[in-house]
Amino acid sequence: MLTLLQDYTIQTVAMGAAMLGVISGVLGSFAVLRKQSLLGDTLSHAALPGICLGFVVAGGRELGSILVGALVTGALAALLMLLLTRNSRLKTDAGLGIGLSVFFAIGVVLLSAIQGSGNASQGGLESFLFGQAAAILRGDLWIMGGITLAALGLVVAFWKEFKLVSFDPVFAASIGLPVVALEVLLTVMIALAVVVGLQMVGVVLMAAMVIAPAVAARQWTRRLEGMVALAAAIGMAGGVFGAVVSALGRGLATGPLIILAVSAVVLVSLLVAPGRGLLWEAVRRWRLRGQLEGQQVLTTLYGLAAHHRDPAYPSEQGSVDAFHGTGTRAALAKLQRRGLVRPARHAPEFTRHWTLTPAGIAEAERILGAMGREAS
Amino acid sequence: MLEQLFNNVALMIVLTGALVGCAATLVGTFLVLRGNSMLSDAISHSIIFGIVVVWLLTGEQSGPVQILGAALTGVLTVFLTELLVSTGRVKNDAAIGLVFPVLFSIGVLLINLYARDVHIDQHTVLLGEIGFVWLDTVAIADLPVPRSLLWMSAMTLVNLLFIVLFFKELKLATFDPALAKALGFAPGLLFYALLMLTSSTAVAAFDAVGVILFIAFVIVPPSAAYLLTDRLWLMLVIGAAISIASSVLGYWLAVLWNVSIGGMMAVMTGLFLMLAFLLGPRYGMAAQLIRRRAQARANENRTLAVHLFSHEDGPGEGEENVARALRDHLGWSEARAREVLRRSLDENLVTREGELLRLTPKGRALAREILEPWELGTGGAQAPA
Repeated sequence: MLTLLQDYTIQTVAMGAAMLGVISGVLGSFAVLRKQSLLGDTLSHAALPGICLGFVVAGGRELGSILVGALVTGALAALLMLLLTRNSRLKTDAGLGIGLSVFFAIGVVLLSAIQGSGNASQGGLESFLFGQAAAILRGDLWIMGGITLAALGLVVAFWKEFKLVSFDPVFAASIGLPVVALEVLLTVMIALAVVVGLQMVGVVLMAAMVIAPAVAARQWTRRLEGMVALAAAIGMAGGVFGAVVSALGRGLATGPLIILAVSAVVLVSLLVAPGRGLLWEAVRRWRLRGQLEGQQVLTTLYGLAAHHRDPAYPSEQGSVDAFHGTGTRAALAKLQRRGLVRPARHAPEFTRHWTLTPAGIAEAERILGAMGREAS
Repeated sequence: MLEQLFNNVALMIVLTGALVGCAATLVGTFLVLRGNSMLSDAISHSIIFGIVVVWLLTGEQSGPVQILGAALTGVLTVFLTELLVSTGRVKNDAAIGLVFPVLFSIGVLLINLYARDVHIDQHTVLLGEIGFVWLDTVAIADLPVPRSLLWMSAMTLVNLLFIVLFFKELKLATFDPALAKALGFAPGLLFYALLMLTSSTAVAAFDAVGVILFIAFVIVPPSAAYLLTDRLWLMLVIGAAISIASSVLGYWLAVLWNVSIGGMMAVMTGLFLMLAFLLGPRYGMAAQLIRRRAQARANENRTLAVHLFSHEDGPGEGEENVARALRDHLGWSEARAREVLRRSLDENLVTREGELLRLTPKGRALAREILEPWELGTGGAQAPA
């Protein structure tokens, strides 16, 4: 294990993945809160033509120019989407889909043009489709780190503004914040996150890297500060896990591994996070159902007793069952444990009967009284 | 004769591309109208999962089993997405973005693990190779029919049949789902059927154009058509026409520049969209600009008429109703004032009497429309005394 950590490639890959996790977790939080989750999908697919152009301009696989290219075409696609949806009757979903597919198509055309030109170093380009952690060089880390730091610096500097724009853009506009400029800035920063992830996760899966850590983090906290920090941590953990497994393993693509790791965290968070976890909700609902059933059975007994003008009237279990259309033995047993009912005999019958205890009568009257108050 | 036709590589490629476009447009039209375009993105990514699983189970790369498997994968995608949304913890768009990457990732990893040396590789699945459709043929009546062409024809027919049979129901469910439900149709079921067809079409198309370019054919031609017409059937026809044109043009350019054929076809759909966006007769940018310009001009004419009318026969007429006043009192620039005056003279709203500008009856009526709208339709010519 220790030798593993000392391996040069693994170190590089893990550091790159950690940066990716941080930047996509932080910016993804804003994207998810602003209901712009799929923007990352469009931006990342639209990065493909930029990758190719950057490659052509630099004359080889040089990360700096490739990332600038990716940023530019990603931003262009976002701009096109805005242009289409603001000035025509196309809706956002169509705008996103158009930007995504047309830009990706342009990328495919450029990719085939480069491959057709027989450039010897073009082999690395396809790793941008699915990500290939092992292809990351130490020098690339400086670029990725620089972008990550710049994005984090912007988030810290404009923290209050971003928070307000994400939760209440109308109020933000009313107190004179430049909402459009801030939204554009956030979009560009998501494009930055996408760009950092291109080598690791690839253009196809970056969407999930933006969304998943944020959704998982949202489960655990109600505060933006906590959500952003947690999303960064989850993104980092998932990123490092996927990247290291891929770098060690038998040629498994890095992107899918990272995405599966992060998605597993999402699943767990959805199920067991305190407060918002689905599991807890199911338990709560189950308990509530038991409680409600007990109350209903109790008031049924009370009603039958009232009908016979005898508070201690023993009702037959079968008739209570028939009343509810379902077995009530469990509910009655629970009521008995609470001391609200007790089993009784009703000669000359031999079947089981139940009668209310004084506590049970008081409880039933309390329930019915509460219901009456609610109804009136 | 017929055999020559099928041996014509270019024709086969263009035909396959056109069929992919038509089949995709038929289903895509309804997705775009319902605002569910991105579901096609999700489905086309996640069918990789279906393709690989079916391939691992049966060893078949195409054909009815694959198409069925894809239909189920599409339904699975949508079902999982809706399940996530129904928990109330995740918004719809985030749910889409969570589900398809997982299925896609599993698919890619399965390819990595089990399918290294076979025809299914991640590159083909993603990008397709329409240039080679003619290599894989089936003999039908001694004719070498490309397999992709065969399956795409079948899917186009199935989609067409579905839409023709359920046209009324689809229309209602698309534009007024609440009414459709109230009338006893099952808009949800219809929608699921549509999505199954979408994913089946995607799998039939994937070795031709790949799953991502398929998205272009689903979303872009219907969007372009949507900018050109208000009629549903016309939207379908225009979308199909754009697909066919994109296929022909894309093939021609791709051969000319020696680049990816499928990619070029998809780029062409984008080109048509931009044309529709810029030059569409009613919703195009140019038309909007012209309309806005005409409105601005009409407004200027009206302003002038109102100005003249309100000072007509008044004490300041000699000072107000002259060309100079337009600049000083209305705040117009010299050039603008001259332009408006020239137009109003041309349109016979105003006449000159020496320095003085006088309204013609037509110009007076225009001013009254604004100042005394209650006179409209009650014989406005008789002015109140």
